[in-house]
Amino acid sequence: MSGSTTLHEYRTGWKRAVIETKVSLTSIGDLMGFIMPTAIAIVVLLFMQRADFEGAPVSLGSMNMPSLIGMNVVFGGIIGMVGALAMDRTNGTLLRAKSMPGGMTGYLVGHLVSTAMFISVTAIALLAVGLPLFDGLEFGTPDRWMVFIAVLAMGIVATLPIGAVLGALLDNPKNMGLVMFPIMGMVAISGIFYPITALPGWLQGIGQVFPMYWMGLGMRHALLPDSMAAVEIGGEWRTLTMFAVLALWAVVSMALAPRLLRRMSRRESGSAVAARRADMQRDW
Amino acid sequence: MGHPPVHDGPTIAVSDLRMRYGDKDVLKGLDLTVQPGGVTALLGPNGAGKTTTIEILEGFRGRSGGDVQVLGVDPAAGGEAWRAKLGVVLQEWRDNGKWKVRDAVTHFADYYRPYADPYGPDELLELVGLAEQAGQRIRTLSGGQRRRLDVALGIIGKPELLFLDEPTTGFDPHARREFHELIHRLTDLDGTTILLTTHDLDEAEKLAERILILAGGRIIADGSPDQLARAASTTAEVKWVQDGALQIHPTDDATDFVRKLLATDDGAVTELEIHRASLEDAYLELVARFEAGDADTAVDTFQEATR
Repeated sequence: MSGSTTLHEYRTGWKRAVIETKVSLTSIGDLMGFIMPTAIAIVVLLFMQRADFEGAPVSLGSMNMPSLIGMNVVFGGIIGMVGALAMDRTNGTLLRAKSMPGGMTGYLVGHLVSTAMFISVTAIALLAVGLPLFDGLEFGTPDRWMVFIAVLAMGIVATLPIGAVLGALLDNPKNMGLVMFPIMGMVAISGIFYPITALPGWLQGIGQVFPMYWMGLGMRHALLPDSMAAVEIGGEWRTLTMFAVLALWAVVSMALAPRLLRRMSRRESGSAVAARRADMQRDW
Repeated sequence: MGHPPVHDGPTIAVSDLRMRYGDKDVLKGLDLTVQPGGVTALLGPNGAGKTTTIEILEGFRGRSGGDVQVLGVDPAAGGEAWRAKLGVVLQEWRDNGKWKVRDAVTHFADYYRPYADPYGPDELLELVGLAEQAGQRIRTLSGGQRRRLDVALGIIGKPELLFLDEPTTGFDPHARREFHELIHRLTDLDGTTILLTTHDLDEAEKLAERILILAGGRIIADGSPDQLARAASTTAEVKWVQDGALQIHPTDDATDFVRKLLATDDGAVTELEIHRASLEDAYLELVARFEAGDADTAVDTFQEATR
């Protein structure tokens, strides 16, 4: 394949991303999938504003607002990719891509970029809602903007390929729970809705393996007063470690993703799609 | 359409194609050659291996054995340039349902640009009769409209070879007729070879210049609808009652048989009937036996009838 053809496939994928993002942002279903749980979470956090954590300078609600943004990036990246790959295998979108020249590359680029766009838009929307509602958040200076953007970008780069790996492995949308429940568990042990230091040491250790904790930490770093670092493990933001752990997840999953995606693509056929659909109809 | 054929020889050349799932042989040495141009129907009962065959030809499925060349290339090794010369319309596509029709035809045309000069959106939607639906979301289309969009996306790159897998499954008679008209329109465009699968003889007779009947893992009949019909009707069944017993005798020359019968019966033959089998009879019997799980006898009987 010539270089210009590859470039064309990437460019076509980019156009696909623009259409997909437009579709997502104008589909009630897609928007409600984000708005409903997020709105509930924000309302909970508003109530948590009345609570303090061990005399910290900002309320528990304000403390958790940045964590919520971090969680949303991880959720959007992993569930967004897994859900789309599973659905698109059942409705034939993936097979359509396979039936066209360069279609698979275009599909994947399109999906990675549109998911990244959707995550960015929702992160910024959360920021715009969170800043006026929660007292004590700091976002007035360029250094905070830089940290926010860097953490957001790193989170996207780390979670999209994880989502691609899991999505390639998960053959059927009815098995979405296999991905959903562990991620719910991750939320519980990652200090999103309550500081991780309140957990027993061994759970803190497990929590720190996964990107969810580090995304929450990174966003707290970007948005909370520096004195709040005292509440974190070790009493500091651990900026370098955060980027290093996220980068490690990115590298490992990026190394695995292409091979698994190729395997997924190779197995795709009309009868595979039909069998998956029949399987779903039998169960539902 | 757009591509000048770059390979000499047949569009599809298959010899001794074999496919095995577990310990079940689905294709047992299928031979098939399709020359450029025209519509060929691959007809057979459900479960005969039509979809398996077409998926192997499309490069979507590996095979257990045999040689396959599609546009001069082995589909298992077909690259993107080869893929650009094919159009694929599957049984039930529900992809990209939230997209608008025009966005889909505009976007998917892009993939073909390095290889061909694809259809513009207006021209294409006009051709398949969806001009009025251009602004609708895809999932709001009716079943027939949706399939016409699938055809539009199948021919968008002006393919040399178009695959249609059971294209009218689930259609009402009106949608079916409209779809058949669309296929006739496509065959008027120069040079696209069409291979369609169907389990419906009537559809194959209406659309195809050549019908290949697939059953028992092989092609068991091959010819124009006319040739197959004549082959099926050469055998006639003569029935009569003699001495109170019903007699049935198959024969290739009913006239001669009856002349001899009546010359020697001394008036004992009554209720004489000559029943000439149609292609439809032969095919329906094949399907009935096939569905009863008696594939080998079904094939034998059919081949005897259409020899």
